Amino acid sequence: MRSKRLMSRKRFVDWILGTTAGGFLMSVLYPVTRYLVPPDVAESAVSSVVLPFAVSEFPRNSGRIFRFGTQPGIMIRTSSGELRAFSARCTHLDCTVQYRDDLHHIWCACHNGHFDLSGRNIAGPPPEPLPAFNVNVRGDQIVVSRL
Amino acid sequence: MTEQRHAGAMRRLWQWLDYRVGLSELLPLARKKRVPIHRHTFWYYMGGMLVFLFMLQVATGVLLLFYYRPSSEGAFESIQFLMAEVEFGWLIRSIHAWGANLMVFTAFVHMFSVYLLKAYRAPRELTWMTGAGLLFLAMGLGFTGYLLPWNELAFFATRVGTEIPAVIPGVGPFIREFLRGGDDVTGATLTRFYALHISVLPGLMILLVGLHVLLVQRHGMSVPPSVEAEGGGKTSISFFPNFVLRDLVGWLSALAILAAMAAFFPAELGEKADPFASAPIGIKPEWYFMFMFQSLKYFPARVLGVEGELVGVLAFGFMAAVLVLMPFLDRGGKDGRPDPFWNILAWGTLLYIIVLTYVGYTADSTL
Repeated sequence: MRSKRLMSRKRFVDWILGTTAGGFLMSVLYPVTRYLVPPDVAESAVSSVVLPFAVSEFPRNSGRIFRFGTQPGIMIRTSSGELRAFSARCTHLDCTVQYRDDLHHIWCACHNGHFDLSGRNIAGPPPEPLPAFNVNVRGDQIVVSRL
Repeated sequence: MTEQRHAGAMRRLWQWLDYRVGLSELLPLARKKRVPIHRHTFWYYMGGMLVFLFMLQVATGVLLLFYYRPSSEGAFESIQFLMAEVEFGWLIRSIHAWGANLMVFTAFVHMFSVYLLKAYRAPRELTWMTGAGLLFLAMGLGFTGYLLPWNELAFFATRVGTEIPAVIPGVGPFIREFLRGGDDVTGATLTRFYALHISVLPGLMILLVGLHVLLVQRHGMSVPPSVEAEGGGKTSISFFPNFVLRDLVGWLSALAILAAMAAFFPAELGEKADPFASAPIGIKPEWYFMFMFQSLKYFPARVLGVEGELVGVLAFGFMAAVLVLMPFLDRGGKDGRPDPFWNILAWGTLLYIIVLTYVGYTADSTL
């Protein structure tokens, strides 16, 4: 059923002005919103790195942080001399973990999270284990790669 | 039906706010102000336009801070990234750059119109003086902002600009060192200019604008003596909402012009500054410094045994002092009529600025 009543002049003007003002607002807000979204920066395609320190200068029962692309990794030499590497980003809230030679395992200083030498979360708040890396030794060089 | 419900919701929101903020007390204040209507009413729009342009500069400036890195290693690259990678980065930067130019231009128009319409007469002396301070602040913002992209042009313009005050006997070399943050224009200068550009000068500007607008509100709009003499300026319109509506139309037009300028002539970046490269041919400052820059070229090395540069700097310092103290220098002519000397001075100065700016842009800079 068609309404017989015509639109009032005020209503007509209200609509025109309202949609124009809305359009104007969108034309300001859209570029500003797009501007604030950070542009994609190509993620590092690193799949393996050669560490800047040699096996021979790496004491047992110690750990060191290394760069894996843009991310920190942790290299551990156990008391038995075995080499193991994990992502150093704590699975709890993204702090960088460290090796505790007194505890003989990995520890996060931010919220007292503990990980064993296999990267498993054994105490404290971390919900998941640390992702592990592949470690290869070529002569004296240590090569770390993604699993 | 829905319209009524809508209006009811708006009324309740108004009442809620009014109870807590006291909005209804402000209404009579806004309605009390009236704007005289006469043949020079057009010039009353300049002040409001400047408020809008300043707000636009603050908004786009804050957006630029999201990507800008204030260091000699990172500044140029961060703007390259902004222009090439960030969506609409070119638009925000170009509006900021064009907006700055339009703001300084409008400030000059505002100043000359207020001057020629004699709006600085008692009791509006302080309004005029805060306005002169605002003009200097706007030029300072232009000068400090010019360096921030850390490109070749900005680097040499800043070297020249900070060298000029060094000719002042006694404090000159200290001022140069202070502005540069050392002997030369380096990354230390950049962080200094950055601090001035994004916090010190805008902060002072907000304070002075507040004072300036408060005084305008207190005294109301000045009716020029020429209009008063003809018996005009008796009719007026209400500032709110009648004049504000016209202001808004002006603001929207200014934004449209700026967006068009940004789209058709985006701000350039040029070459990265290299302190060990020769100054490029045709080095020039922003257009509003051009008349001073060009004047300094004409001063001989020595004038009456004094360094020519110093004479030039003192002359411009004298001009600035005359500008600030204008309300006290113009005592008015005989029988209450304006003294024509001051009008002649203003037109002469305007002509001088236009001619020197024109020459600065057209004269062959290799001769």
